[in-house]
Amino acid sequence: MSILQIQGVSKHYANHTALNKVSFDVPRGTIFGLLGPNGAGKTSLIRIINQITAPDEGQILFDNEVLNKTHIKRIGYLPEERGLYKKMSVYDQLIYFAKLRGMKTEEAKVTINKWLKKFEASTWKNKKIEELSKGMQQKIQFIVTVMHRPDFIILDEPFSGFDPKNTQLIKDEIEQLKYNGASIMLSTHRMENVEAICDEVVLINKAKVVTKGSVMNVRKSLKDNTYSITYTGNLRTNSLEGITVKKQDQKDGNTTLVFTYQDKPNLNIFDKPELHISEYREVIPSMQEVFLTLTDSTNE
Amino acid sequence: MNNIGIVTAREYLTRVRKKSFILMTLLTPLLIASFYGIIIWVSIGQSATSENQTIAVVDHSGVFINQLENPDNLTFIYTDYFTPENLLESDSVDAIIGISKDFTIDQPLRLTYKSMSSLSVNNTGKIEGAFGEVIRDKKLTKLGIQQLSIDSLRSAVTISQFKVEKDGSSTSSNLGINTALGMALALMIYFFIFLYGVQVMKGVIEEKTNRIVELIISTVKPFQLMMGKVLGIALVGLTQLTIWVVLTALLLGIIGLVVGLSVNEIQDLKTLSNNPTLANVDVDQLQFVSDFLALPLGKIISIFLYYFIGGYLFYGALFAAIGSAVDSETDTQQFMLPITLPLVFSIAISFSVVMGDPNGTLATWMSIIPLTSPVSMMVRLPFGPPTWQILLSMGTLLLSILGAIWLAGKIYRTGILMYGKKVGYKELGKWLFYKN
Repeated sequence: MSILQIQGVSKHYANHTALNKVSFDVPRGTIFGLLGPNGAGKTSLIRIINQITAPDEGQILFDNEVLNKTHIKRIGYLPEERGLYKKMSVYDQLIYFAKLRGMKTEEAKVTINKWLKKFEASTWKNKKIEELSKGMQQKIQFIVTVMHRPDFIILDEPFSGFDPKNTQLIKDEIEQLKYNGASIMLSTHRMENVEAICDEVVLINKAKVVTKGSVMNVRKSLKDNTYSITYTGNLRTNSLEGITVKKQDQKDGNTTLVFTYQDKPNLNIFDKPELHISEYREVIPSMQEVFLTLTDSTNE
Repeated sequence: MNNIGIVTAREYLTRVRKKSFILMTLLTPLLIASFYGIIIWVSIGQSATSENQTIAVVDHSGVFINQLENPDNLTFIYTDYFTPENLLESDSVDAIIGISKDFTIDQPLRLTYKSMSSLSVNNTGKIEGAFGEVIRDKKLTKLGIQQLSIDSLRSAVTISQFKVEKDGSSTSSNLGINTALGMALALMIYFFIFLYGVQVMKGVIEEKTNRIVELIISTVKPFQLMMGKVLGIALVGLTQLTIWVVLTALLLGIIGLVVGLSVNEIQDLKTLSNNPTLANVDVDQLQFVSDFLALPLGKIISIFLYYFIGGYLFYGALFAAIGSAVDSETDTQQFMLPITLPLVFSIAISFSVVMGDPNGTLATWMSIIPLTSPVSMMVRLPFGPPTWQILLSMGTLLLSILGAIWLAGKIYRTGILMYGKKVGYKELGKWLFYKN
């Protein structure tokens, strides 16, 4: 069951193609990572989902219906470039956006107060946005995104500008939203966050989908027979046959060797009495490595 | 509430709550009223405080003795001998005028004036006038003209204008009032378009640079956002205008009461002439007031409001389009020129050519073409232009407003999402034909 199905979407501008037959599904109730380098076409895609612009080709299904204006109020959007009226008070601002999303004033007041309290922000209610710190502004922006209880939430770089404590707070909130049944599309460049919270990802590069799937599957797809072994004791690495050493580290008397087998994995080559092995594992590329490898232009 | 309504409410409320708005709105009538009050106070104060001055005329030539007519507030006394020392001791004499023994009426007259205070411009004129009259009369008598004929030469000339209507009736028409009213209305529209048009533009730029649009456009159509802004700011302007008019009228009324003029008295000229408190008021001034009240004020005010709002909507939409096409205020210059030029042109030409010939060809065209009509029509309005021209002009303006809003909407929806790109006219032209 997918909340969003992107089907063969293309978008062309005068001088370049922003999206080229992009297709993927966003499963319901998951945190979905939309990844890609700057200029890959992520913002164009988000604008199409938000119905700010229309695709030249292809279509999008939202909750199994062709995307239309009635879906707008079911979508929450946190833009990468944060935008709030600087001279307007926190409260007035939240009420304004709530009304634009079709909330009744009374309902909006209750929700807003609840969120302000949750973010320990009740005391800033009447402050102007320009008087707040960047982190505080980000919290207000987050409230604007989620206060109308959307089914589908697009978060573009939600952690930028937050200190570690607030980053954790926002992470917990995102998990909570997912727990409450919302589907979240997360666009970020911080791959450690992707590994920590995303269920599935799609990686877009140069207007095209490069890879998609669950985080673990995407990482495993780039496995290249690399292993890591940690041991104590003396070992002349050039005495080992059938492996190519990529990296060697020594720390606290432990040696960590990262290597690839030239042939099949064969732990027996380490079967030597002077070695005490404390760890041996297959190395699965991190999302960071996946990202760098797949978006490296020299790889084409 | 629909989206345009929500946006309009925000634009309106955030602006009227600003301290600068409240200050401007309250201070301006206060300034106008106090300016007016000072003028009245000074003129009343002057006539009340300026005492009658007595001037000793020491005329050694004998030409002027007992010949001078006393102007207002000045009394000439004639004496053979009066020195500055005498002046210092005297309580009754304020100044000495000396004429040399050699003077004859065929020479230029050089007077000496000695006093403890310096001579005012007013009194200088009065004294020169009084002496000049005597010399002129003497010269005319010398030419053999009777004193009676000389008196009859002096005649006062004033023009009372009447405008003849189609039905044969005629109404009093005062050039001064018409001109002043036309200028005042035209200036008001001119400033309103500029001040508030620029506010629309700045508002759009603010939303664009803050990237608020990105967030809003996902829930509101660009056109709704633009219209909400234009309408909200229009309401701010109307609020300000209303408060200005009401407060100014109120304050002027209070000043009038203090001075002793009531509105009823002004309206009823007959009682005025009998009113002792108004003994000093010039009959010309009364004519002025009655001429003003004789104008079709209801019609003028409603037409003014139409052009006030219409002119703003037309230009406001174009200002919104400019704001959407640029990244910062400094980039607005190239697009501002084609908009400000017709406005500046309309005010400049209106105050010269149109005012000089309010029903001429240029005046007629300028008051029909929508770029200049809001300003030019105001200048013509008190002179009573033909009704078909007013209707044609209003209709043209209405169509142009719709056209400008359509055009601005097209530019706006593309412009607000376009960042970091210097846009030219060619690019703007392309935007008109973009689909979504």
